[in-house]
Amino acid sequence: MIITKLDIETIRKDFPILKRKVNGYPLVYLDNAATSQTPKQVINSIVDYYSRYNANIHRGVHTLSQEATDAYENARIKVQKHINAAEPHEIIFTSGTTDSINLVANGFTSFLKKGDEILVSAMEHHSNIVPWQMLCDRTGAILKVIPMNHEGDLIMEEYNRLLSKCTKLVVCNHVSNALGTINPIEKIISLAHKAGAAVLIDGAQAAPHIKIDVQKLNVDFYTISAHKICGPTGVGILYGKEEWLTKLPPYQGGGEMIAEVTFEKTTYANLPHKFEAGTPNICGGIAFGAALDYINSLGYRAIASYEKELLEYATKELTSIKGLKIYGTSRHKTSVISFNLEGIHPYDIGTILDKLGIAVRTGHHCAQPIMDYYKIPGTIRASFSFYNTKEEVDILVEGIKKAKQMLG
Amino acid sequence: MSIEEIQNEIVEEFSMFDDWMQRYEYMIELGKSLPLIEEQYKTEDNIIKGCQSKVWVHAELEEDKLVFTADSDAIITKGIIAILIRVFSNQKPIDIIGANTDFIDKIGLKDHLSPTRANGLVSMIKQLKLYAIAYQTQLN
Repeated sequence: MIITKLDIETIRKDFPILKRKVNGYPLVYLDNAATSQTPKQVINSIVDYYSRYNANIHRGVHTLSQEATDAYENARIKVQKHINAAEPHEIIFTSGTTDSINLVANGFTSFLKKGDEILVSAMEHHSNIVPWQMLCDRTGAILKVIPMNHEGDLIMEEYNRLLSKCTKLVVCNHVSNALGTINPIEKIISLAHKAGAAVLIDGAQAAPHIKIDVQKLNVDFYTISAHKICGPTGVGILYGKEEWLTKLPPYQGGGEMIAEVTFEKTTYANLPHKFEAGTPNICGGIAFGAALDYINSLGYRAIASYEKELLEYATKELTSIKGLKIYGTSRHKTSVISFNLEGIHPYDIGTILDKLGIAVRTGHHCAQPIMDYYKIPGTIRASFSFYNTKEEVDILVEGIKKAKQMLG
Repeated sequence: MSIEEIQNEIVEEFSMFDDWMQRYEYMIELGKSLPLIEEQYKTEDNIIKGCQSKVWVHAELEEDKLVFTADSDAIITKGIIAILIRVFSNQKPIDIIGANTDFIDKIGLKDHLSPTRANGLVSMIKQLKLYAIAYQTQLN
């Protein structure tokens, strides 16, 4: 199949922030795994909402409220189609992946008992560890860890060995935020189901790079944050299979999520509203829809092909720097490179790079167990998006060399 | 020298630099010259929270003056600590408590450091002052 090439120069014009200067240098934004930048199409959708039809949804009789409701529900359908969910009501709007995971973890309180087991991968973000530890504290369930190897791949034999009739839930990210590893989630899901366990996949890092089909994956829960995929912060989704969302008790009580309220008894609304208490992030949801439109206008095949090119180029160039070590060398990776320079603290490098207008992340990337595994305090992480260029990779390499010279 | 005199001296030193790179190179040099804390004091208790890199500070009273030793695993952070120690070490606790810290703005440190680092700087100063308060109570 012929893959359309992205016109990066034109694409960059969609992102006003990329014209910025930082400390006198043109911004080189390589912290996309933390948050992606926002194209004007998405910014415009936000401006349009507040300029034209800002209103509360689902209960207003007036025109603005109807328009806002339609736009918000239309965004839900956009998400549904984007990840190929069977029904729009299987998409729950949340404040983001963390919120989505907490929703499920809270719901599972009534499903678990002492001795039940939750399997979690060794390369999770804290947001996909801590809610499960809290769930274990509440229920007496046990958290077990699927180990990884030095390349940053999960050890599937160990996973298979850990699965048992006690396993009630398997939680894993689709893509590791710290290493970029793309996990074999199809296999993880099918093995978990064979053992009778449900699966939650944290898709925060996968959504910007990989086309997701939740029906094909047969996943029970899948989470996405809008801000990692060119949308605004403070909004995301939980996908859940209808049967699971029906079983799961409500998470938060409030307006919107009820059918009828008396002081004696309250009945809950149907899906998805059962999980959407209070006035939601209406504008955020609509802008999330606009972000998906934008991504789809470029196409995942073209994005993936270009990002692969960037990753290979950056890996080659960075490896040429003496004393530079890359963490996470899986053959299946998104465009994320975590690295350190021998004898230099990642924070020192990050500080000098910032002075040169280069934005990278330094630290443990909210994945301390991975840093403990490699016995390092943290890494420098450069994460590339489809709007980054090879020239920016060159600037990064020059910046690292400069920092190395200053700090060495 | 009094705290204020040392601060003025540092402000003057930094005013000679034309750009950030010279400032940072100087701080890195200062970091390298920092007298290291004794290994026994590099404990969890002596770690200052609020810094991305690890920072250990130990305080000891010598006669009526407070002496600080410190270390960090990051060199730029060490440079910042070196400046703070130059200002606050070997001073009377009462003077440390009352010291003004405007010089940090004047040498462009607060502006030039990332927000998390700036927070670390604030935490460091807070910790030094807390030590001074504790030892002042002891002296009283």
